[in-house]
Amino acid sequence: MTGTARTPSFRPGVKFRFDSVRDAWVLLAPEKLFLLDEIGVEILKLVDGTRSIDGIIDDLAARFTAPRAEIARDVVGALEDLSARGAVEL
Amino acid sequence: MTPLAPPMALIAELTHRCPLQCSYCSNPLHLDAARNELQTRDWKNVLTEAARLGVLQIHFSGGEPMARPDLVELVAHASASGLYINLITSGVLLTDAMMSPLLSAGIDHIQVSFQDTQETSADRFGGYHCGHAKKLEAARRIRESGLPLTANFVIHKQNAARIREMLALGEELGAQRIEIAHTQYYGWALLNRKALLPSRAQLALVTEAVIDAQARLSGRITIDYVVPDYYAERPKACMGGWGNRFIVIAPSGKALPCHAAESIPGMVFPSVRDTTLGEIWTASDAFRKYRGTGWMPVTCRNCDRREIDWGGCRCQALALAGDAGATDPACSLSPHHHVMHEAIAAATDAALDLIPRRPGLLPAQGA
Repeated sequence: MTGTARTPSFRPGVKFRFDSVRDAWVLLAPEKLFLLDEIGVEILKLVDGTRSIDGIIDDLAARFTAPRAEIARDVVGALEDLSARGAVEL
Repeated sequence: MTPLAPPMALIAELTHRCPLQCSYCSNPLHLDAARNELQTRDWKNVLTEAARLGVLQIHFSGGEPMARPDLVELVAHASASGLYINLITSGVLLTDAMMSPLLSAGIDHIQVSFQDTQETSADRFGGYHCGHAKKLEAARRIRESGLPLTANFVIHKQNAARIREMLALGEELGAQRIEIAHTQYYGWALLNRKALLPSRAQLALVTEAVIDAQARLSGRITIDYVVPDYYAERPKACMGGWGNRFIVIAPSGKALPCHAAESIPGMVFPSVRDTTLGEIWTASDAFRKYRGTGWMPVTCRNCDRREIDWGGCRCQALALAGDAGATDPACSLSPHHHVMHEAIAAATDAALDLIPRRPGLLPAQGA
């Protein structure tokens, strides 16, 4: 499967958690960690292994005022980057 | 001035004991004796404090961390404290009997090191009979448990030719991450540098194989590549900057901003036996000494990469330029950069004899 029909999930050993010391969400992976921007956090909150990329884009488009195409670009870009860096499976 | 951010990760060198004797080990020549190691309760305090301070990841390392009988207890404590737990091991002690308690204790990820792909040379480099076979077994156990596995290969001139076989082995083992790490020349590795430092052609061969594999395996296996900075134009960002991201705790409890920091003369490193981790991070002279950019020589201070590579490594500056406060000689702007070329020249056609990492095998004091 390719494109936005794919369903992203966290790879084994990857944890997305809230850090109360930094008051921020962090993504923890084997010997790696990622600090996230606001849109990154919103995207990852929707990664549950059942929602497709399309589903994530729809959800965000319903809640934020930005044009859908712009949201889609952000979502695909962020997930492909995290896939290349080993945190997310597409 | 922006307030000091909390540390990201803590490297817990639980012990310097190790069944292996790798000549490329970056542990110090003066290994901490078992009798000086922190006790279980000391480590638990460190873990609790680390989590409160904002540390997100713990790396249990050594030596061989599995040589500590309390490892499972410490993993459980780290897990209860909310830390992400990496175990960095040779794998030779990772038996079936150890795997399930580690899992129950809440371990998140295990890295197993390999010395080579061929059993005879792997066991020769590791100085441990049947080590390679045990490592293959350990990797299989980790995979079967469902935990993510990193296969680590340390590269030097005597194994670089087999880089493609190493990548293939990592793939075959089902590793989620492969680390191809050129030897870092500290401690025992620095002592053995002539017999380890690869040629420029070998470096190119390894780099090309890694880039090929990264492209081919993208999205499936993460391949992290650590280069030897002897051929670099700019130094590595050692530890992401001194006192900026990491705290290393040596087996005896000394807190270090870099693994090799104890080699710097005249510096006193605070111990977790005497003071809190928070005090060490925010207020100790040792962690403040080379933090940020204020300490930098003018070459670094005027460089637009000063907050990218942080002037390189203080321990390497000391070892190669004789001054921990100098620009890292790996940088081509360093007045000492020629020592890198001299080291490369000295390694060309040098004898391949290796001094094994072994307590008591130390050359004359001060060498």
